[in-house]
Amino acid sequence: MMTWLLEPLQFSFIVRALIAAVIVGIVCSVLGTYVVLRGMAFFGDALAHTILPGVVIAFLLGWPLAVGALIFGVLTALGIGVLTDRGSLKEDTAIGVVFAGLFALGVALLSASGNYTLDLAHFLFGNLLGVTAGDLWVTAVLGAIVLLAVFLFYKEFLVVSFDAVLAVTLRLPTTFLRYLLLILIAVTIVVSLQVVGIALMLAMFVTPAAAASLLTRRLPTMMGVAALIGAFSGVAGLYASYYMNIASGPAVVLVATFIFLIVFLFAPGRGVLLRSA
Amino acid sequence: MAEIVRQIAHRGVAHEHGRPTLEMQGVTVAYAAGINGVTTTRGTDYALKDVSFQVGAGERIAVVGPNGAGKSTLFKLIVGTLKPSQGDVTIFGHGPSGHICIAYVPQRSQIDWGFPVTVEDVVMMGRVGQIGFFRWPRRRDWAVVHHSLERVGAAHLARKQIGELSGGQQQRVFVARALAQEAELLLLDEPLTGLDLPSQEAIFEILDGLRPDGVTVLVATHDLNLAAERFDRVMLLNRKIVALGAATAVLTTDNLLAAYGGHMTVLNDGDMLLADTCCDHD
Repeated sequence: MMTWLLEPLQFSFIVRALIAAVIVGIVCSVLGTYVVLRGMAFFGDALAHTILPGVVIAFLLGWPLAVGALIFGVLTALGIGVLTDRGSLKEDTAIGVVFAGLFALGVALLSASGNYTLDLAHFLFGNLLGVTAGDLWVTAVLGAIVLLAVFLFYKEFLVVSFDAVLAVTLRLPTTFLRYLLLILIAVTIVVSLQVVGIALMLAMFVTPAAAASLLTRRLPTMMGVAALIGAFSGVAGLYASYYMNIASGPAVVLVATFIFLIVFLFAPGRGVLLRSA
Repeated sequence: MAEIVRQIAHRGVAHEHGRPTLEMQGVTVAYAAGINGVTTTRGTDYALKDVSFQVGAGERIAVVGPNGAGKSTLFKLIVGTLKPSQGDVTIFGHGPSGHICIAYVPQRSQIDWGFPVTVEDVVMMGRVGQIGFFRWPRRRDWAVVHHSLERVGAAHLARKQIGELSGGQQQRVFVARALAQEAELLLLDEPLTGLDLPSQEAIFEILDGLRPDGVTVLVATHDLNLAAERFDRVMLLNRKIVALGAATAVLTTDNLLAAYGGHMTVLNDGDMLLADTCCDHD
């Protein structure tokens, strides 16, 4: 067992991948609790797709991918916020238009360059084993910023998510808080790009948080349990990827999905098979 | 940016001495001015037209009227989520946006009861305005929370998840949240709907307990019997104030016909049948 666990760690690229997977598992899952509680899953999925043109442009210019992703992520988070503020289009319609349009732009830009299919696969499904030391620093610093923001604005985010009218009567800066949350989601997507890729990003936001919601009854414990599930999925997924020779991003997501299914079936009191009364 | 800094530093304006708790003067809300920002072709249609009244400290007012009468609009104006097209809304002499002393108890149907918060978490939310940014609840805040729960008889429920409560308990917890907010103007939106008689009675006992503190209470309700029996004054609303005053003067056949119109049938011997459709407005 020990050798089974230690064997992959002789490769430094796997150690880096493990650290990245754990950080992303934690950050995505913690922020994902708000995505789940506020019903923002479609928004999160859309935002992940809209950063593609930014990533491709950065890639073609030889910049760090995170820079391009961050710029596009924040811009589209703000853009979707403005579109839905106006109220002239339904929110999901507005998001759908932006989401599909920008994703198409990203694919079009990439198709004009050389190694189209391989590059696209990396962006869509992650390239966990290609994480460099520099990537790891970016992931760690941005991840720490997101967690710090979630911690500092904990009670305000809680009020805004639970009861928007209360937030108004307490005179909280609701617009600021809403945009801050959108930007934090955008930053988290950038952090997670290499680990799970654009197409599977949503799973890291939603799946651990959904499983945690069935096991807990307070937000802090929900965040903690979601983070544990996310981090464990990252590690277990990477080992599965190593020993079963499957792509790492999908492996991480499959582990998280498997945990969710177990919880969904067997959660004490709330699981399908163990429902009390 | 300056606006954000101002909002973050903000703790609520001082109350002007001698001004009524709540005052509206010539308040009109036109649909075109944007409820939810939607412009309609009904340019001259009003959600509320020329509404003027004053409410003093410690008063308890029932707001009654048919669906679409503007009860929710009235509350939104007081809370400050909606601005009037014309006229002024003032609380202790200032517009709503300056105050943190206004508490709104939502209809139970508007709350996500599966949300992962306990009863004491919900009541602590009422303290968030006073606690301020980048601070955590202190011992005094917890004391206020537990005292508020004791006042509504829900101290033993503090650690329960909110979805585990009965309807009456849920309603009392939200009143406790308003107490923790140290509200001086309390708005309750259909708090009695779906509650059994003992639970309704419990709510009124709590509201009675607020009177010595000078807390003003406005309750939107469909129950004309309760409106007549348990309130100082009744406001009969249908886009404008049809009548405002003591229940015996307000709930007359003529006034009710004016407010409810086709939803009401006057029988031969003078008895009335009120076919009022409950309860989710907007």
